[in-house]
Amino acid sequence: MSRLRALLSGRELSIVVALVAVVGVTTATNPSFLSAQGIHDLFLNASIIALLAIGQTLLVITRNIDLSVGSVMGLTAYMSGQMFIADHDTPTILVVLAGMALGAACGAFNGALVAIAKVPALVVTLGTLYVFRGINYGWASATGVHQINADQMSQGFLAFGSGSILGIPHLTLIALAALVIAAYALHNWRSGRELYAIGSNPQAARLAGIPAGKRVFTAFVVSGALVGLAGVLHASYFGTINASVGTGRELAVVAAVVVGGVAIFGGSGTVLGAVLGALLLTTITSALPILGVPAFWQRAVDGAALLLAISLDRAVMVRLAERLRKERSLRRA
Amino acid sequence: MAAPEHTGVPLLELRDVTKSFQAVRALRGVSLALRAGEVHALAGENGAGKSTVVRIIGGEHQPDSGEVLLDGEPVRFSSPREAQQRGVAVIHQEPIQFPDLSVAENVFMGRQPLRPGRRIDRRAMHRRASEVFEQLGVPIDPARQTRGLSIADQQIIEIAKALVADARIIVMDEPTAALSAVEAERLFRVARGLAERGAALLFISHRLDEMYALCDRVTVLRDGSFVVTERMDDIDNDTLVRRMVGRSVEQLFPKRDTEVGDEVLVVDGLTRAGVYRDISFSVRRGEIVGLAGLVGSGRSEVVRAVFGVDDRDSGTVTVNGKPLPKSKPRTAIEQGIALVPEDRREQGLVLELSIERNASLARLKQVSPGGLTRQSRERELARTWGERLSLKFGSLSDPAATLSGGNQQKVVLGKWLATEPSVLIVDEPTRGIDIGAKVEVHALLSDLAAEGMAVLLISSELPEVLGMADRVLVMHEGRITAELSRDEATEESVMYAATGNGSAA
Repeated sequence: MSRLRALLSGRELSIVVALVAVVGVTTATNPSFLSAQGIHDLFLNASIIALLAIGQTLLVITRNIDLSVGSVMGLTAYMSGQMFIADHDTPTILVVLAGMALGAACGAFNGALVAIAKVPALVVTLGTLYVFRGINYGWASATGVHQINADQMSQGFLAFGSGSILGIPHLTLIALAALVIAAYALHNWRSGRELYAIGSNPQAARLAGIPAGKRVFTAFVVSGALVGLAGVLHASYFGTINASVGTGRELAVVAAVVVGGVAIFGGSGTVLGAVLGALLLTTITSALPILGVPAFWQRAVDGAALLLAISLDRAVMVRLAERLRKERSLRRA
Repeated sequence: MAAPEHTGVPLLELRDVTKSFQAVRALRGVSLALRAGEVHALAGENGAGKSTVVRIIGGEHQPDSGEVLLDGEPVRFSSPREAQQRGVAVIHQEPIQFPDLSVAENVFMGRQPLRPGRRIDRRAMHRRASEVFEQLGVPIDPARQTRGLSIADQQIIEIAKALVADARIIVMDEPTAALSAVEAERLFRVARGLAERGAALLFISHRLDEMYALCDRVTVLRDGSFVVTERMDDIDNDTLVRRMVGRSVEQLFPKRDTEVGDEVLVVDGLTRAGVYRDISFSVRRGEIVGLAGLVGSGRSEVVRAVFGVDDRDSGTVTVNGKPLPKSKPRTAIEQGIALVPEDRREQGLVLELSIERNASLARLKQVSPGGLTRQSRERELARTWGERLSLKFGSLSDPAATLSGGNQQKVVLGKWLATEPSVLIVDEPTRGIDIGAKVEVHALLSDLAAEGMAVLLISSELPEVLGMADRVLVMHEGRITAELSRDEATEESVMYAATGNGSAA
């Protein structure tokens, strides 16, 4: 019980409160927002971005970042379609595994440059953002396949994307499973705690004998696999793919992670917070049209939420520093 | 457990170890043996190579030649982790921790107790941490976040780390530099307990009385070379100092008598909540005023506020009779204050830039007629000061990073002297530079004062303060606790005030 309270006392609780407020106001305007179908849609929309946010959290905790997630997601989504063009009856599981493998490979490429070549992640992934997208366009123009539609994919694959168990969409179940596993590993495994240590103080991590390079590399690979999975799920859910799937997603993901309370300079934050952040931003996006706000404001709202979250974090840090200073001053007096 | 005899194979031994960093030879032929049950002092001035020895034992650096022996067997620690696995623990002067994580996690990072399924056993971890803190006689809540703990508590965490790792060789690198007398005594008690249980301790301190109080033997280093290893009982204070310094005190501190003139810098009632309060003092023309105190007593913070890089809550600063606005370093420079910061590599120099560029940074207006920087003027300025300070360099266009520590410090000094200040504030001007360069810096400060400059000297090295200053101000926990004339200032009187025993000035 005390653990639950501790869990909800931090950022997670404030997001839940914000979420309730957004849902409340929107439902007052249009009651169908909170219908069974409405909730179903909310979770469905948030699932893919939540997967990306879980992967991104692993990296941000270690003081790294991956800006190439949108491009990697687009690449794996596009590959899923290409696999069906090659063989219309490709088993779904094979497509999923291939997507995750490609995502992991992209993550390994980023991770190697960051962990082994010691290039800052911001620069590496900004570069691969364009490189991976370029490969995607190159692939599309070389094969002449610019768009892949639902009728070109197998029924099983499409059913997997749109199906649900006990009213909960498959996508949401997968995102939840990823959330539980990641949260468990970050909380209970030595390697999970070491990710926090690396982000909290790299110098101390080195002195504590933590294999920082290996851990960061692994985080990139795991995050890449999750992004690959998200790309495949995107393909199976929407049933229409072109070479620009996922463009601009990286910023929405970083916004979700930061809004979810993961410190952008590493060392603290939870995957639960990041997923709640993703849910909050998606909910706001869905609520805007109902509240009569044109859809093109969506990006601006993401940005505003990001700025608000960062300002809040900063204000809290300054207050904490001030308090510690005053405490010391009292103790001396 | 009975204390083992001080004989037999040493737990850890360095034999004829040599280590260079680029052009700088940090260690030449250093030998050192740490025996089970002993506390061994490592003595030497700043820059003598003590920290390099610590880093080699801790696995952060590898020797270029010579051997490290563990239980008589040659070993090569390729990383801090390897050294830790073999039972070595290093406690740094300013402990490096994970501020976001809990105390228990800091203690157990990398060796958390596990439950089946590789799951961290948090309950066992907290229980064990509590036990260790109890054993050390220091109650720290294992569940609290590490951010905001005092340096003394952070050191206890470091020692707890060593204990849970079953370390047999424990290196303490200037652990008392930031501690109060009570905290230091608590640390000594813990250290003696560790030695009694069969660990070998290497203790580094710049305070000789502490070495005599705690240690069994001492090894002295000078300029990276091994000088002597002696039993503490067999070496008296004066001999120890002579071994460390290698020359007489008069040679080391060429202090000239000067005509002391009017007050140039007057600081009145300077206060910043929680950092320092009610700081009042003045520096006169031709005078060197020493500012002494333990690390963390607020000395650097005070001068940073005087110069205007940091804010202050209240108080006034006057230079040559004119009040100085707060938080305006540019105005401070214009009115004649120069601050040579503590960390020259971080705050004093732009290491990638050339020597001449660095030298002109504080005088860009002077070398930039019409807003464009002229290289010829820049070079002229750098050459003038380079000659005056007998700077040793390849070419003025070489990056500052290529210079030795002493020469880097001269560039920083030159940069500020080029602003023709009437008040020169120097923060730890000789930290980490060799004896030769140190003597030159001391001679320069002495000359500047003789020419009428007002000099405020901050130093953690007592001999430097005592040797150079006309007057000594001592700070303790953010207050000035003593003001001593050159005759009154002795190692004892300064330390007495620095640990909070002085009457308020």
